Amino acid sequence: MVKFTVNNVAKEFDGDMDTPLLWFIRDELGLPGTKFGCGAGLCGACTVHVDGVAVRSCQTSVSQAAGKSITTIEGLSEDGNHPVQVAWRDQNVPQCGFCQSGQIMQAVSLLTENPNPTDAEIQAGMEGNICRCGCYQRINSAVKQASTGV
Amino acid sequence: MLHMNKYNAANPSEDAGVSIIQNVSRRSLLAGITGFAVAIQVMPAMALDPYPHAGTSMPNGVVNNPHAFVSIDKDGTITIMAHRSEMGTGSRTTLPMIVADEMDADWDQVKIVQAEGDEKKYGNQNTDGSRSLRHHIQPMREIGASVRYMLEQAAAKVWDTDISNVRAVNHQVVHKTLGKRLGYGDLAEAAMGLDVPARENLRFKDEKEFRYIGKGAVQIYDLHDITTGKAVYGADVGLPGMKYAVIARSPAVGAIVKSVNDKAALAVAGVEKIVMIPVAGLGSKFKPKGGVAVIAKNTWAAIKGRDALEIEWDLGEHGSFNTADYEKELRASANAPGSSVRSQGDADGTLESAAKVFTVEYYQPHLAHAPMEPPAAIANYADGKLEIWAPVQSPYTARTDTAEYVGLKEEDVRVNVTLLGGGFGRKSKADFATEAAFLSKEVGAPVRVQWTREDDIQHSYYHTSSVEKIDIGLNADDKVIAWRHRSAAPSFLSTFAPDAGVQHPVEIGMGLENLPYEIENISAEQCKAMAHTRVGWYRSVSNIPRAFAVQSATAELAHALGRDQKEFLLELIGSDRNLDWEKNGLPQAYWNQGEPYDEFPFDTARLKAVLNTVAEKAGWGKELPKGEGLGIAVHRSFVSYVATAVHVKVVDGKLTVPEAHVAIDAGYVANPERVRSQMQGACVFGMTVAMYSGITFEDGAVQEGNFHDYEMTRNSNFPTTVHAHITDHPFEVHATGVGEPGVPPFIPALTNAIFNATGQRIRNLPIGDQLKA
Repeated sequence: MVKFTVNNVAKEFDGDMDTPLLWFIRDELGLPGTKFGCGAGLCGACTVHVDGVAVRSCQTSVSQAAGKSITTIEGLSEDGNHPVQVAWRDQNVPQCGFCQSGQIMQAVSLLTENPNPTDAEIQAGMEGNICRCGCYQRINSAVKQASTGV
Repeated sequence: MLHMNKYNAANPSEDAGVSIIQNVSRRSLLAGITGFAVAIQVMPAMALDPYPHAGTSMPNGVVNNPHAFVSIDKDGTITIMAHRSEMGTGSRTTLPMIVADEMDADWDQVKIVQAEGDEKKYGNQNTDGSRSLRHHIQPMREIGASVRYMLEQAAAKVWDTDISNVRAVNHQVVHKTLGKRLGYGDLAEAAMGLDVPARENLRFKDEKEFRYIGKGAVQIYDLHDITTGKAVYGADVGLPGMKYAVIARSPAVGAIVKSVNDKAALAVAGVEKIVMIPVAGLGSKFKPKGGVAVIAKNTWAAIKGRDALEIEWDLGEHGSFNTADYEKELRASANAPGSSVRSQGDADGTLESAAKVFTVEYYQPHLAHAPMEPPAAIANYADGKLEIWAPVQSPYTARTDTAEYVGLKEEDVRVNVTLLGGGFGRKSKADFATEAAFLSKEVGAPVRVQWTREDDIQHSYYHTSSVEKIDIGLNADDKVIAWRHRSAAPSFLSTFAPDAGVQHPVEIGMGLENLPYEIENISAEQCKAMAHTRVGWYRSVSNIPRAFAVQSATAELAHALGRDQKEFLLELIGSDRNLDWEKNGLPQAYWNQGEPYDEFPFDTARLKAVLNTVAEKAGWGKELPKGEGLGIAVHRSFVSYVATAVHVKVVDGKLTVPEAHVAIDAGYVANPERVRSQMQGACVFGMTVAMYSGITFEDGAVQEGNFHDYEMTRNSNFPTTVHAHITDHPFEVHATGVGEPGVPPFIPALTNAIFNATGQRIRNLPIGDQLKA
């Protein structure tokens, strides 16, 4: 049995301790905003925060999350208006949208660690999140907007 | 992109093509809907003026009945059906936006509902071929204008006045002289009970009156949901009692299970059942590939269970397919005469007597689409009825194919369309939805089928692999006097019928038969190529290898002759004209992306115009530092004209792309903001094709498995600033295609830029580590 919080709500899990957090979040909690893209930590679609830091939930087992505070896209802000979410909308970032939860969670974590990243730091920080539609130019503009207000 | 219609010509593989010809005449369409509750108004050709024919020859045609698409609540909320699948192009927003604008509705009071797969009600829904705006911009205006007229009629009746005295303005109908107003909600019930107005009564807005169309200010409808994790994709629907399935599929197409030991799999906690899915070989259309399914209580258990299966396969006839040998086979095929698809003048004879012959050959392996969302679907088979939720590009095909597979009537199957986490042609093939349906029937519970990334890469319907060989004859003055293009590429026809090793007119029409150069002797040949894997269409389809070959060959020859590539290219394209294919050696009618040629002629002036635009914007001819280069290419596809100029830097074998310019002439553009996003995305997609993408078969099985060995362009290295230049046209200039035509010219523009930066010529895709050599 492991216990942790997801979006500030206490949760526990008593199954296979190797279960990736991703599948617990999606299948057991029914929070589908966290996406399955590769299952190998290669694409970032499943990015969530563990104690405020971006991790790939497909590579983080439930046992590794024991006692931690987990945040998914659904819990990022009460009203959906986190500055990064607002910037994403202002810049019309998404095309298909599938990778964007992970992109946003990654961007929030990046900005928490480095509130004023350079362009190169944004690219390096977002490198692990693939967007097959190719929205990178706008993703980077949105991260910039969220960091500078412009 | 795959639809035959009346504009298709007879083709060398007519028998094979028959199974996918779904040409529905207007007569049979009308007969087919007899008894349908709401009379469907299928537009006579001229009713679509200024776009007379667009879409009307598609299976199940075009529907402009407002009752099928629009409903109005008493509170004024307007619900508009989105009948095309949304995979990132924005059509789910743009088409309803057109309805809303033409009916003068307030966009903030519009709700969009995704239509189920029902082409008898909505007309053709097959979302591919870059057709959504091209075929539906005018029908959407007709729907909006009809509803506006009905609202005005209802208000006129309330005020007991003639309709000429009232006018709809921004969600209200106003009495022109008395100033009285009634909201659309107040009029809803009366208005929507009226007959659909005759077309001659409709008044269309003048372009200047558009509030949303052409502005690019309306944001995509799902933007808030996408950014808050609420948007629903294929795997996001949950049903009570739902089981989770992961499938071990035939490694080589047609491979059958010799034996399976499922003991360890069944011992995995949460695994409930093992179900065999019949194997379907090549030519089985979109039937599941077949194999062994693991049914479990959750996805993770199903994945672990699948890993624990011990399966012995009989690999069958495609079990020795291997890419290295296949490349040699394609090269050999393309180096011998094939069957003619175009013969203008005497290219063979001229090449024999030419002063010089310039020969080049280009290769591309098979590719997998790899949308970010791997295929997934939910199905619930209960009481002889089936309901599916799936991210499919063609929900009606998914419905009819699945109904047939599980033995149900079409009316007992419902297909709900979720958002698509990318499609790129992969999700035109609903094998994954059919798998879910079959398994739900087998286990007697709702089932969600989840494909892993490995499944997606290893069991796709692959983009054709090809060798394109070009021989160019020059006279003593270095004038080009002959051009012969031979193509050896397995066809997607092999997915539909026994493989004859010949290409479909659709594939031939994508840059093989239609070289737009003003050269006296031109020939195009297709050379036999048998398929050994499931071949399907991939964003931009055969235009990718054709644009790569033709635009590379042109640049190579320009360099060899010491000519400026852009000037040479303009010279080859020649005079301003609408190409007359009959006079240019096509033995059969030219396949014009399925569109009537008189409405969508191949206009060389427009081709040259986009080329000149990017050349000017990118500063073609400017001096660049060592290791940097500018490359340029132009290609017409999906009846759009696109030119791309790419600026590269190559340092120690590492390539970066600081800037690209894309000029697109897509006729009238309803949503320029989404066109810009498509062009930016096309450059990133093109960079992936050029740099990384290649599927390798050994013993019939795909060797790549995930993004470590099937790489994608990432944020750390992508075309950093893409400038899109959209040709401005009035509404009367037919809207063309946008989702696909941005990709093909990017690739040769990139490789031409690499040559200009380094002197290294790329003839084999992907580039991979060739620059380090």
